[in-house]
Amino acid sequence: MSFTDHAGRPIIAITGAGVVSSLGAGKDDNWARLTAGQSGIHRINRFSTEHLRTTIAGTVDFMTPVEAGSAALTYALAEAATLEAIRESGLSESDFGGPLFLAAPPVELEWWQRLKLDADGREAGGKEPGYDRLLLAARSGEHLDFFRSIQFGTVGQKLQERLGTRGLPVTLSTACASGATAIQLGVEAIRRGEADRVISVGTDGSVTAEALVRFSLLSALSTQNEVPEKASKPFSRDRDGFVMAEGAGALVMESLESARARGATILGILEGCGECADDFHRTRSKPDGSPAIAAVRAALDDAGVSTDDIGYVNAHGTSTPENDKMEYLSLSTVFGDRMASIPISSNKSMIGHTLTAAGAIEAVFSLHSIRTGTLPPTINHANPDPAIELDVVPNQARKAEVKRVLSNSFGFGGQNTCLVIAAEPA
Amino acid sequence: MTSPNDVVITGIGILSSLGEGAEANWTALRSFSGPVLDGDRFAPYTVHPLPEVDWSLQIAKRGDQRQMEAWQRIGTYTAGLALEDAGIKGDEALCASMDMIVAASGGERDVDVDTMILNKVAEGVDDIGVAINEVLTTELRPTLFLAQLSNLLAGNISIVHKVTGSSRTFMGEEGSGISAVQTAAARIRAGQSTHALVGGAYNAEHPDMLLGYELGHFLSRGGWAPVWEREPVEGGGIVSGSGGAFLVLESREHAEKRGAKIYCTLGPVAADQGMPGTQHTLARLERMAAEAGLAGTGMIVSSASGSHSRTADEKTFLQAHAANIPVRGVTSAFGHMRDAQFPMAVALAALSLSHGEALPPLGSAFEAEADAPSSIGVLTVGFNAAEGMAVVSKAEGAGA
Repeated sequence: MSFTDHAGRPIIAITGAGVVSSLGAGKDDNWARLTAGQSGIHRINRFSTEHLRTTIAGTVDFMTPVEAGSAALTYALAEAATLEAIRESGLSESDFGGPLFLAAPPVELEWWQRLKLDADGREAGGKEPGYDRLLLAARSGEHLDFFRSIQFGTVGQKLQERLGTRGLPVTLSTACASGATAIQLGVEAIRRGEADRVISVGTDGSVTAEALVRFSLLSALSTQNEVPEKASKPFSRDRDGFVMAEGAGALVMESLESARARGATILGILEGCGECADDFHRTRSKPDGSPAIAAVRAALDDAGVSTDDIGYVNAHGTSTPENDKMEYLSLSTVFGDRMASIPISSNKSMIGHTLTAAGAIEAVFSLHSIRTGTLPPTINHANPDPAIELDVVPNQARKAEVKRVLSNSFGFGGQNTCLVIAAEPA
Repeated sequence: MTSPNDVVITGIGILSSLGEGAEANWTALRSFSGPVLDGDRFAPYTVHPLPEVDWSLQIAKRGDQRQMEAWQRIGTYTAGLALEDAGIKGDEALCASMDMIVAASGGERDVDVDTMILNKVAEGVDDIGVAINEVLTTELRPTLFLAQLSNLLAGNISIVHKVTGSSRTFMGEEGSGISAVQTAAARIRAGQSTHALVGGAYNAEHPDMLLGYELGHFLSRGGWAPVWEREPVEGGGIVSGSGGAFLVLESREHAEKRGAKIYCTLGPVAADQGMPGTQHTLARLERMAAEAGLAGTGMIVSSASGSHSRTADEKTFLQAHAANIPVRGVTSAFGHMRDAQFPMAVALAALSLSHGEALPPLGSAFEAEADAPSSIGVLTVGFNAAEGMAVVSKAEGAGA
């Protein structure tokens, strides 16, 4: 048996996977509900939505108390997903022994923290509400937990302490491609021979009123609030934006050689990663789709496979007018006529857009599609966009033997990252 | 002995309170007589402010400039300086195949909008959440979010300078800059990349950025002193600075093939993070020093922050394990640039080697006089967490 790939590099085995989404915690719950076509999108009750154009989201409300805030939820999601993945791999959950690659949302003080500081600053003698008073509170009082929550390295640091990962954790953001980038960085580290095993995780618990306002101002969110579970409708004619959501996905990856040597169960192979940045616009893709096309091709090349070898595409499929059109253009350019017969579905129709976590969550679901021979559907597909001729596995899951999946992630700031995930070699 | 996959530095961009461009900053350091400071605007805090910059020199379109907050402008500008210095700027093919890792924690909030909300709530409202929503929906500038998003510094570099081979943004204070250089260099050494743009930027002149340090009581409230001598100064020891540092890293083969000027070679970056406390920290630094090969160097360029306990640990380490190697605490001159600390230290070490001159002492008796080094250890001990080390060596072969 060969332990190296077409380019002479170590083959990367996936030996553990974990996921949390608005559908539930753990792969089993998620997969049962995902393949049943259930939506995790609901009306927001975590905070007041008055004045907001969008009042629905795929928040994860069962992990931490509301008052704990975004930073605590983001950590809790990551911890749950990584622990599930590591336990499946059979490796130590307190002395993992490999590096950590963490895709996490940017952090900042939350409003309840600013208001608390302003109140403390008034107590300390600050006259006017504002930053001078916040700074006065900061230097007069003890707010070490606030300090910890706004350091960008904190989630990684806490995970490192919890899991016993090795070295300086890498915390990264490539917007909506972040989860895929975390996986890519892990793959590259194993290929360089720096590590036998890595844990890559994408996490996002950052649905707040301000985050909704920010995306709304960019006209990125669906405003179809009436029936929350029907708002996310990738590739439909009446799609009008994505639905913000929370969750985390994690993969344990090892060199195949190392995984076999310790007798680990191989769940699948992370065959290839490709990326290409777009220099066209901060939120829009180059009209010819060339960067996304280049990213897909780079992933196929990296995996050493051709378009004929891909049996299913896990779409980025955000349900924004722009993304779904561009994703179709890109795929039909790369795959040509064959694209009409390759099933492609969007998990976001059910779990919404988990932003920083999306690439990692969708990698877990891609792997599960191969392992279970089931393709999760694109739900809410009642009104197909006639300009998008794709087999989106509409509304109902489908049984299908799939050996190899392409998983796409595209993001603001010109981020395009694609992964190729395959079944364990016979 | 050279190898085609050696990592060499071929471009340096620096923007700081001392000036603009690698050479201007080098010249300012050579005759360093004291930092450029502003102690008034954010009193009781002092910052190293940005000089006047004609942004259009590196960001041609005003529309692009308007789409960025200050840290993104600083970063995009400094990246342009590095690309220009490497002779890559405007070379479509080289930029399109160039990898990029940016260290960028995040952007700046709209102080006016935040103050409006704080005022409104302080005046008394029925429902705080509703009041916040009302102000945010009506007052936030629609594109401000993009000017705040961490990965949009890299996004702007792609748009303005057409660097599109890959785009990754690392976050996490000094650790982000350490990991960025570490990963970009490791990819080149392993043949995963031929040339990469790597660096970071920071805008110190923003109350929200000061707040980020001061919640942990890290800022100096007694003005400036050399970073090694801040224990007696009131407050937490850090004086932050606006600016950025970007590097162009290349494989030796790639640099030589295109006839690029080579500043120096960059060895593997050792990086770690772990338990606080002097003994734990020293143990990590000792192990990393052995891994990076610090002992054989002729100088150490340190980005010590001046934060009391961490810089005390660093001094203990240096006295115990590098007693005979002269050290320079370059943050004395530039201020703490958070994400850009490690790239900045690497850049200054590269300039010292290529000029064949030692950096002069920067105002502290802890910094001994030195002869021109042939290799320099670069050391970053993060103000709160993360440590990184690397050795840069005088260039050999073509391009040196």
